[in-house]
Amino acid sequence: MNAYAPILVLGAIAAAFAVGSVVMASLTGPKRYNRAKLEAYECGIEPTPQPVGGGRFPIKYYLTAMLFIVFDIEIVFLYPWAVSFDALGIFGLVEMLLFIATVFVAYAYVWRRGGLEWD
Amino acid sequence: MIATHALAAAGGNSPSIPAPHIEYGQLSPMLVVFGAALVGILAEAFLPRRLRAATQLGISLAGLVGGFVAVVVLAAQGHASTRAGLLAMGSVAIDGPALFLQGVILLTAVLAVLTYAEGRLEPRINGHRIDAFAAQAAAVPGGEQEREATREGLRTTEIYPLTLFAVGGMLLFPASNDLLTMFVALEVLSLPLYLMCAIARRRRLLSQEAAVKYFLLGAFASAFFLFGTALLYGYAGSLRLGEIADVVSGVAPVTPALAVTTQNDALLLIGLAMVSVGLLFKVGAVPFHSWTPDVYQGAPTPVTGFMAAATKTAAFGALLRLFYVAFPGIRWDWRPVMWGVAILTMVVGSILAVTQQDVKRLLAYSSIAHAGFILTGLIATDRRGVAAVLFYLLAYSFVTLGAFAVVTLVRDSKGEATHLSSWAGLGRRSPLLAAVFALFLLAFAGIPLTSGFTGKFAVFQAAAGGGAAPLVIVGVLSSAIAAFFYIRVIVLMFFSDPQPSGPAVAVPSALTATTIAFGVLVTLGLGLLPQYFLDLATKASIFIR
Repeated sequence: MNAYAPILVLGAIAAAFAVGSVVMASLTGPKRYNRAKLEAYECGIEPTPQPVGGGRFPIKYYLTAMLFIVFDIEIVFLYPWAVSFDALGIFGLVEMLLFIATVFVAYAYVWRRGGLEWD
Repeated sequence: MIATHALAAAGGNSPSIPAPHIEYGQLSPMLVVFGAALVGILAEAFLPRRLRAATQLGISLAGLVGGFVAVVVLAAQGHASTRAGLLAMGSVAIDGPALFLQGVILLTAVLAVLTYAEGRLEPRINGHRIDAFAAQAAAVPGGEQEREATREGLRTTEIYPLTLFAVGGMLLFPASNDLLTMFVALEVLSLPLYLMCAIARRRRLLSQEAAVKYFLLGAFASAFFLFGTALLYGYAGSLRLGEIADVVSGVAPVTPALAVTTQNDALLLIGLAMVSVGLLFKVGAVPFHSWTPDVYQGAPTPVTGFMAAATKTAAFGALLRLFYVAFPGIRWDWRPVMWGVAILTMVVGSILAVTQQDVKRLLAYSSIAHAGFILTGLIATDRRGVAAVLFYLLAYSFVTLGAFAVVTLVRDSKGEATHLSSWAGLGRRSPLLAAVFALFLLAFAGIPLTSGFTGKFAVFQAAAGGGAAPLVIVGVLSSAIAAFFYIRVIVLMFFSDPQPSGPAVAVPSALTATTIAFGVLVTLGLGLLPQYFLDLATKASIFIR
């Protein structure tokens, strides 16, 4: 049980910080509302006006987010490799070049198909 | 001071991490196909539109044929028998079953890609040839954007690289000797298939619905597989199939750190059950079959043919390897369950097929019933069972491809006329096409002198030899039920009057004609002279550990 005590303490501190911040903000913060502030927070979707028939929402945000994830994953692999680059030798270099080339193929496709243009 | 020393040691100039050994030569079938897929993406990115379709066809055929040549060369060098072995640090196994199934998948894919490129069935739009795939898959069905894309004669040529990626995953699936590699292969083959289902040119909504259903259920099944993998790792302390088998049989020493979970039978049984769910979903076995009819119906017909043939081959390969390499030691636990699944699959598939009114749904239920027949071979748990399943998959792939290729030819003004009522009297309008389709149906039914008979005979013989005689009785009875609806379609085609406003039979180009001709050839060849291929399957029936 003792081994879990720090986790419980951390959980308690986190909860206190979260609740405390919200309470403090509502007590001390200035209240100047504008339209953007009153909107519901949604990633990439305009929550109002609702599209006709519940239909479509802009996909641009998702495209950007997806690209971000692709490069994020690339970094996840690149970073540890770069740190121990010399320990892996030529094999690591070749495999990493192949990996980057593969991701680059996807990047080239997205670029040529206009995936990087917002409008 | 000590910390500095540690850092210096870690950052030293000598390679301190041993590089894994990768046998690129033996992995070449997969590498060639993946390479072709990447070239296809680049072609998609940089080539002008009018050149894309032809170039993509060329790249795909080059990649697939190249992969097939690599498989044949590997087999000729003895990698299917004496030199079979584990590659890539034990995560891939290249042996008889792997190479046999890779060959079948690659040949199937070559013929499927030919049907993709068929440009003669749809009427030309403004002089542009179009194919079975959506003009612009991202446009709203029936919307202004879609109309514009159709007017410009756009085509979704991405279907070719997507197919190549799926084929790459399928090649890895039956060869993976490690649960995590198997999972990666499962995802690599599934994700492109979900997309490919969604891009039919006609009946866009049905096609998108099929893709969403397939994706949701497929993701669910993948999650089952992954969770089962985690439990099996807890049980065995390893993901390698061979090492799991050692723990199952009690040969492997228990690692002290894992003593709490290792050899906990609950983990083993639940893990095995969950991994099996993931794989049985892919082969379309009851009770994990419910996606099959909707997806087969909604997907563009050339894709349905590819999916029905190649996915089933790959997934049965993985299922065989899982049960024969990792879990032969507890066959008395999994065999009764697989008995139940096989019986349900055969009976439900055959009975539900009787009521179908749509030819694509009919073929979907028939594929479920066939999954049941193949499962009886798996239950034999000996070499003959493996050989029978390999042969069945070879025979079934070509019949299925051919049958779906025939479905693409029967058309009316709204595209393919898949309702069975419009197939009435087809034998009088187009005797050749109806005869070919009848041959495929007879092969599905397992009538002698077709490949279906040889395959069915082989799996039933293996099952009976493996002590599953009651299963064979159920199999023969369901075959009889299945024969009823296949023959009903034949009767409908030849002995009823054609509707006055019925569909016309389109004349295909050499592409689809080649696929159908090859299907007929293999169906008759494996029915009349099966010995060579039976021997080949028998020679290829030993799994390496």
